[in-house]
Amino acid sequence: MIKKMFAKHNNWFFKAGLVITAFMVLLVIVGQIWTPYDPAAMDAAAKAQGPSAAHIMGTDYFGRDIFSRVLEGAGATLVIAFFVVLLGAGLGTLVGALTGYFGGVVDEVLMRICDALTAFPSVLLALIILAILGPGRLNVIGVLALVFIPSFARIVRTEFARIKKLNYVSLARLQGIGTPRILLRHILPNILPVLLPAVSIGFNNAVLAEASMSFLGVGVSASEVSLGRMLSDSQNYILRGLPWYAIFVGLTIVLLILGFSLLGEGLRQED
Amino acid sequence: MNFVLKKLGTLLLTLLILSFVAYAAFEMVGDPVNMILGTNASAEDVAALRESLGLNHPLLVRYLRWLTGFLSGDLGNSYIYRIPVSGMIGEKLGVTVILTLMGFALTLLFSVPLGIYGARREGSWADRLLTVVNQIVMAVPAFFVAILLMVLFGVVLRLFTPGSFVSFAESPGAFLLYMIFPALSIAVPRTAMTAKMLRSSILGEMQQDYIRTAYSRGHNRQSALKTHAFRNALLPIISFMASTMAEMLAGCIVIEQIFSIPGIGRLLMVSISNRDIPVVEAIVMILAVWVMVVHFIGEVVGEMLDPRMRA
Amino acid sequence: MKKRSLALILAAVMLLTLTACGGGGNKPTSPAPSTGADARKAANEINVGIAQDLSSSLSPYQLATAGTREVMFNVFEGLYKADATGDFKPALATGYTVSDDGLTYTFTLREGVKFHNGAVMTAQDVIYSYRTCASDSVDSSIKKILENVTDIKEDAGKVVMTLAQPNSDFLAYVGSVYISPAAYTDQDTKPVGTGPFSFVSRTVQDNVVLSRFEDYWGEKAKLSRITFKIFENATALVTALDAGAVDMVAHMSISQVKGLSKDYQVLEGSMNLVQALYLNNNVKPLNDIRVRRALCYAVDVDKMLELTAEGHGHKLGTSIYPAFKKYFDESLVNAYPHDEAKARELLAEAGYPNGFDLTILAPSNYTPHVDTAMVIAEQLKAVGINATVQEIEWNSWLTDVYQGRKFEATVCGFDASTLTANALLGRYESTSAKNMCSYQSAQFDAFLQQASSITDDAKRTELYKAAAKCLSDDAVNVYLQDLADFVAIRSTLKGYEFYPIYVMDLSRVTY
Repeated sequence: MIKKMFAKHNNWFFKAGLVITAFMVLLVIVGQIWTPYDPAAMDAAAKAQGPSAAHIMGTDYFGRDIFSRVLEGAGATLVIAFFVVLLGAGLGTLVGALTGYFGGVVDEVLMRICDALTAFPSVLLALIILAILGPGRLNVIGVLALVFIPSFARIVRTEFARIKKLNYVSLARLQGIGTPRILLRHILPNILPVLLPAVSIGFNNAVLAEASMSFLGVGVSASEVSLGRMLSDSQNYILRGLPWYAIFVGLTIVLLILGFSLLGEGLRQED
Repeated sequence: MNFVLKKLGTLLLTLLILSFVAYAAFEMVGDPVNMILGTNASAEDVAALRESLGLNHPLLVRYLRWLTGFLSGDLGNSYIYRIPVSGMIGEKLGVTVILTLMGFALTLLFSVPLGIYGARREGSWADRLLTVVNQIVMAVPAFFVAILLMVLFGVVLRLFTPGSFVSFAESPGAFLLYMIFPALSIAVPRTAMTAKMLRSSILGEMQQDYIRTAYSRGHNRQSALKTHAFRNALLPIISFMASTMAEMLAGCIVIEQIFSIPGIGRLLMVSISNRDIPVVEAIVMILAVWVMVVHFIGEVVGEMLDPRMRA
Repeated sequence: MKKRSLALILAAVMLLTLTACGGGGNKPTSPAPSTGADARKAANEINVGIAQDLSSSLSPYQLATAGTREVMFNVFEGLYKADATGDFKPALATGYTVSDDGLTYTFTLREGVKFHNGAVMTAQDVIYSYRTCASDSVDSSIKKILENVTDIKEDAGKVVMTLAQPNSDFLAYVGSVYISPAAYTDQDTKPVGTGPFSFVSRTVQDNVVLSRFEDYWGEKAKLSRITFKIFENATALVTALDAGAVDMVAHMSISQVKGLSKDYQVLEGSMNLVQALYLNNNVKPLNDIRVRRALCYAVDVDKMLELTAEGHGHKLGTSIYPAFKKYFDESLVNAYPHDEAKARELLAEAGYPNGFDLTILAPSNYTPHVDTAMVIAEQLKAVGINATVQEIEWNSWLTDVYQGRKFEATVCGFDASTLTANALLGRYESTSAKNMCSYQSAQFDAFLQQASSITDDAKRTELYKAAAKCLSDDAVNVYLQDLADFVAIRSTLKGYEFYPIYVMDLSRVTY
């Protein structure tokens, strides 16, 4: 099924997105096993340097190697995005599937609430709640996942509501196949063409949202590394003639987002 | 009428949910009394102030009190400054609205020609280049654009002075000049998205039967595009522009921090860390209404343009 | 059809407005960054960037934050006033006498002192101010001192105060009781004092404007107008400085002032804070003195200073900073030299050979504290203590850490609201409400008790020094430093002086 889908999406968006995302993910995995320096190790002798052979992206004011920190930060950002999407899409799919398939009062109420929530920019909502609750990785994941649920739920609900009326589902029901099996085996695979691009765009949005939150200082905490937080720190360096930090971190964020957005675009377009 | 009522219902529900969520979240982190009084205050002073602000009552009582006030048009007083919230918000809201409108205007200004150009020259090298560039620019977050713009125009070229915001009343020219760069920051990523949307929307329209009919009636590609496709292609764009307007509000909050613009976003962030609940609630309500109204206008305009709706 | 053309016209009008808008932006009217500064110089004004808004009330008795006190120092005055060396000089009083038993203070008031609202100061204003301060002050320590004043009355134009018990620090507190006109009710929003600058206006979260008080009793201020501009974001503050939008910013870090343009000079002073890794002496394992000592040995203060401030800053060793020359004990500075082996040994002895988990809270709005905490966390890891830094909002810090004492360790700094040893040591008394660290020591309490009732100055000083030594011996906290205070000020400005307390005196600053 998945293979068939991938074969179908043979456009350049998809290919480019796959290459970029694979490259970034590979980099992050390598970063988990090995980094040139300990990302947290401070060195007073190597403070605030530009790129060199020893430190290819330079160092920060604590003498920490920026490349090592970018690797770790990208990993942290990706992990956060992963859990946000997992929880957001997972719970969203659950809510959407149940309400879409069964309909009724619960559907009506839940969808009204979803409408109400999606009427407000989700990033803004997350920003407000996070700013109130305070920084921390778990807070970021929880709040972002929460605000992502309604959009996934809506997409999935529409699909389930559409597909349940199709003949093959009625047929399955007539054959006495149980509801859970119908939901999981007969309908769910058929909404993948809609769900997968949404997941990819979800990754895109999660990376962007985490970066924005941490950039504003309401995201991850001081001991935790993240690209948004690093970009926020790096502003001070630009003004002191050290633009490298901001540029490298900014580009890493751009590459991550670009990869996911291209993938999403490629999955949506049919070749 | 039914349509308007339904919209109004959703709006009220949104306001209700959002306001309660904000109130409940504050419940977890405490009130501003300690901050108002500082580190040297006595326990009695703290208790007295808490009582005079009405913070000694349980969450639901305080929330309902606020809600009744809000419904009767009273936004209450700031906990921190003891002045009416409406007075604190007024001017700052204006700044943010202008920033959003400028960002929106710049987005339209650049994306419409780019989108049409791309559609008209579909498949040309210029179109392909545009598509690639668009895709990349879309991935650049507004706050990174802001940093780059500020460094380039503020620090290197010294075209404007970061941090020296001038209010509209003081000098409209200087105000607009200062706002151009923040507006550009929020406009750049959205311009790419809108241009892309418009291009594919126009191309989609060109495939439609009625365009083929237009061809057969002797229209060439250009005039078919002008007379028919563009107008219909606007339809999906309009709802997209409405969400752009809403997203830009969120963008403004980040951008205002970077350029230190005294808008509603900065007030929101500061008020949150001040635990100034009445101010936060009021701003959240205003933002929600703003977003809903924008979407509503988008839908109305969309209907006005929709050929199927024309009587 | 009609509707549609209407929509199109609307769209067209909108586009036109935009073009006009964009065109306006490209006009070559851009003010060169220096003209603002030149204009300010011509008008004898300055813009001062500050990192936090002032507290909600500007009343002389409601100045809740250090940042508010340092600005309003230019507006309010007491009978006596601290100068840059920390001595108390006559201000609204020309002198005082104290009775032999140390219980009666008689202040002679300066003649013809005018308030900013034009009223002339009288003994009644002084009495009103003391009474209001005693009942309303937001500072409980001043309230406590004024409770000790049993009577205050006018006697032939002089003000006589009677104390229940002698207090040789009394003059320091007199310096903190600002005089305001009796029965003036608008102090919260339109403060009126007698200082060299008068309050002009305040725009919440944006700016505060002061102007020179022309009827000042002493040497008039040099500048005619000061605008304090509020930048809640540290980066924005530095950007504004780079761009020339402000002429002066205090309390900057070394990385912020490095590489500033030559339009600015950088002055170095001290923050007058006791920065420490404050420990909750009441929670496991920090209730064990061996663990606390291990932390002291594990932290390398010199290296921390090197990493956070290129070596700037003064090491402390106890809860007294060097500006308190009288009480500062140089020998405590290196009481716990950096020694990882010894730290491990002590940890093992205490039953933690493999270290433990430690959460260090740092107030998120104070970058220097966050930076220090990050370096210390790294240093503690070297002896096996798994320390993590968690940022906490100032408000939550006040509620949970300071009041609630729900913390393990926190990096922050305490200033002295008055120039008295008690302002720095009083918070460690077992029963003090400010005893955030829950330090309990009968000996320490006894030293402070004796010191407060004794009148012999040399003996008192010894007692306070002994008390300060207790804090070091018991390793109550890991005392770090008095941070270096960098002030970036336009090169054309001169006359700025540092004080031994947290104030910003702008009356002598001039172009």
